[in-house]
Amino acid sequence: MAEMKTAAYICKGCELGSRLDVASLVKIATKEGKMAIVREHDFLCSADGVALIRNDIDNEGVTHAAICACSRRAKTEAFNFPTVAMSRGNLREGVIWIRPDTDEARETTQEMADDYVRMACAEVKAMKVPEGNQNTGTTKTLLVVGGGMSGMTAAIESAKAGYKVVLIEKTGALGGMAAKLWKRIPNREPFKAPMDNGVADLVSQIEADANIKVYLNAVIAKTSGSPGRFAVDIAVESGPVVTEDIGAIIQASGFTPYDMAKLPNLGGGQANVVDQLGLEALARAANGGPIKRADGKEVKSVVFVQCAGQRDATKEHLEYCSGHCCATSVKQAMYFKDANPDVDTVVLYTDLRMPGNNEDFYRAAQNKGVIFSKGEVSNVAASGDGCTVKFKDLILNEETSAEADLVVLATGMVPTTGPDLDALSEANRAAESGGAEAKEQVVQMMSKSVLNLDYRQGPDVPQFKHGFNDSHFICFPYETRRTAIYAAGPVRRPMDIAQATEDATGAAMKAIQAMENAGLGKAAHPRSGDLSFPSVRLEGCTQCKRCTVECPFGAIDEDEKRFPLFNESRCRRCGTCMGACPVRVISFENYSVNTVGAQIKAVDIPDEFSEKPRVLVLACENDAYPALDMAGMNRNAYDPYVRIIPVRCLGSVNTIWITDALNSGYDGVMLMGCKHGDQYQCHFVKGSELGRYRMSKVYDTLKGMGLEEDRLMDLEVAITDVDTLPQKINDYAARIVEMGMSPFKGL
Amino acid sequence: MSDMNQQMTAKYKNNFLKEIEEQAEMGDWVKMCMQCGVCSGSCPTNFHPGWDHPPQEIFMLIRAGKRDEVLNSQSMWMCTSCYNCYVRCPRKIPITHIMHGIAEYAYRIGRAPKNQPTLHLSQTFWNNCTKNGRVNEVQLTQTLYFKDGIADGIKKAMAMQAAALGLVKAGRLNPMEALGGGHKCKDIKGIHAMLAKAKELEAKRKGRTA
Repeated sequence: MAEMKTAAYICKGCELGSRLDVASLVKIATKEGKMAIVREHDFLCSADGVALIRNDIDNEGVTHAAICACSRRAKTEAFNFPTVAMSRGNLREGVIWIRPDTDEARETTQEMADDYVRMACAEVKAMKVPEGNQNTGTTKTLLVVGGGMSGMTAAIESAKAGYKVVLIEKTGALGGMAAKLWKRIPNREPFKAPMDNGVADLVSQIEADANIKVYLNAVIAKTSGSPGRFAVDIAVESGPVVTEDIGAIIQASGFTPYDMAKLPNLGGGQANVVDQLGLEALARAANGGPIKRADGKEVKSVVFVQCAGQRDATKEHLEYCSGHCCATSVKQAMYFKDANPDVDTVVLYTDLRMPGNNEDFYRAAQNKGVIFSKGEVSNVAASGDGCTVKFKDLILNEETSAEADLVVLATGMVPTTGPDLDALSEANRAAESGGAEAKEQVVQMMSKSVLNLDYRQGPDVPQFKHGFNDSHFICFPYETRRTAIYAAGPVRRPMDIAQATEDATGAAMKAIQAMENAGLGKAAHPRSGDLSFPSVRLEGCTQCKRCTVECPFGAIDEDEKRFPLFNESRCRRCGTCMGACPVRVISFENYSVNTVGAQIKAVDIPDEFSEKPRVLVLACENDAYPALDMAGMNRNAYDPYVRIIPVRCLGSVNTIWITDALNSGYDGVMLMGCKHGDQYQCHFVKGSELGRYRMSKVYDTLKGMGLEEDRLMDLEVAITDVDTLPQKINDYAARIVEMGMSPFKGL
Repeated sequence: MSDMNQQMTAKYKNNFLKEIEEQAEMGDWVKMCMQCGVCSGSCPTNFHPGWDHPPQEIFMLIRAGKRDEVLNSQSMWMCTSCYNCYVRCPRKIPITHIMHGIAEYAYRIGRAPKNQPTLHLSQTFWNNCTKNGRVNEVQLTQTLYFKDGIADGIKKAMAMQAAALGLVKAGRLNPMEALGGGHKCKDIKGIHAMLAKAKELEAKRKGRTA
């Protein structure tokens, strides 16, 4: 790489020129920042301003540019110079927009701007130009695991987008659960009657598509490699193991119905009690005629019991709602009413959940004479030729009962996600020292694996609540914690066919994106397009394994010498490994312990008698930093003594930054990260949790330094905290004043 | 129990929902209720004594086949026809009309509660109004005032004295109507024929003889 040539650009637009002393900023960039070229411009993001920078890069050999203008989140299209290392000094959203335009404020505002210029210069000098991951694979074939509604849809959509698809199905035929349905819940106008399940059509589309290769009676024996170059061993029943080269994977492994044998008090196991899938079989056998029980008797009265073993507060059964069962029972009641309007059909529910257009479907069922009663079923018992259903009528508030020839239990979905990784590693530990029984348990658990990944962190994608795949259902629904492996359908959350179809389409799109990015050496969500990747100085590594254990995406394996082995294509560039590393040997070209450390050091710390404290804020770039920018846009003023540095994730915060900052005289450090736990908002899922855990250990260090605990403040920030965030900053600044200045100044 | 009641019980056996659907005005809407309870929450007579079942419960009782409980209920008679429930029902069910429909049906088959004041007023008003095609206000008021005896009637009349005199002065009340007669519509025979025809049509629609 050519020699480093630095340049700083100071914008005077957006009132920066009139609010700030630009001459001072230029002087700082030159003298303190030691930038080779320093230029000011009236309107840096204009075509003229951009041409100025471009000209310096092309003709002056500038390799490192510090652009001191607006937030790094603004004007990204204008300031797009991928061939150079670039830092951004946030003078607009970070300084003039959050400071009042008054004479009293002028001095502190200028100090803020001076520091941000110092920081931008220091940061850029510590950066390298990201070269992109060279270790890429360019396979453009998608693997779809599961041949049900979601899997078939994902395969067809991907093939339509021009990609080759390998579809594997465990059973001998495509169709999955949907193929077992007599009819499906309608997904189009007028939403009044059950529709054909649509499986035959999808199967014929797949058979006609040369881009889709189908393996039936097949499972995955092993998945190794990384996005863009997975090697997947497919074991076909009574056949050879075939290895396919795969770019990205869509897991659509579906669900099984909750076992009604676990519900004996609701009649599970009795002759005249079936689950919803059982009724579908009876309806298929009736083929549109009157539905008959297993014993051949025509059903004249039927009771549907909703939430059977679901939404169970006792946690003995499923705790969650499976979403589709209300509409499914409505559909099944219609099977009876459409064949014979005189059949008594009663649906006993506690809350009828009919999202979207299903409301029309519900109304159609009422019109057809299906009776809906709000009631909680306590017992189903055989009586005479049928069943007695005991329930509490929740409207009339009384215990009552109903007689029926047949009872249908809505039992809900259990996802097919493979073994829980935490439980598996527990079992593995037990097996290492334990006997045959413990080893057998591991074998048992591994036999349930869907993907059989050879990742250090386990054979399947991690699970979240209730055994469903981890995915953020609002912000990034298809993402799992394994890069380029996407979950679609009921394996991700309970859903019906319409939702699964949509889900599969979305997951296919994400998988294609991830595969293409992997081929270009770029990161996937949320740092989509990022060319940097972690590099490790192995000679400094102590083999502590923290990076391999903490990586939220299982990107780091171990080599034969037990050193961390980075799989760059699996990496999402969150920097959790960098934050975790106690010897600080992990870094990214444009983000490292040094790039942040240099900024911390660059800030001018006034002496202890100045009454000007300095507070370092390390703000998550996904939520906290945009919230701070928006506070600026709203002109919500906050304390001028804070110096904000964006970090990729709280997980990337290395404790050295905190101790260095406090040692060099900062009066406080504020961490701003996303919510963690069950309702997490962290874009890297586990990053903020791991970061916070790490920071909880810093308090001992503080004590050792003789500092108050409040010198370090951990704040949970969501992107919606725009209006409250400035107040929280001010509160903390006030607390700092209360505690007094740091004794470490000028040491 | 009246003959009519026994006839209906025999006809619909235990299917009270079907009975209401066919016999009560707008009764075919009962099955469309989704039990949200907005009607009950909106009813201004809610929580008053005598209001034994809110509309939501009436609907549920019908579906649960609780015939006696519905037909003996005071609820339908307590309806003030404010139409709050009708306006607010998310399913656009004409709840006010159904309440009246059930009340009317209960009366028709002789199941209305004894001495129900709303029923008494309705009956009195109907008889008064259909006789001449116009309401004889003085006689209507007399009937209502003296329904619980002479002493009570005089007491009520004295209390309303000022209002009555004001109405007379303004020409809105003709004291001579107390003697009978009063103002009539132009074609009494026509009105009577119309009412008879309406009754016949309704009976035909509901599958019974007039």
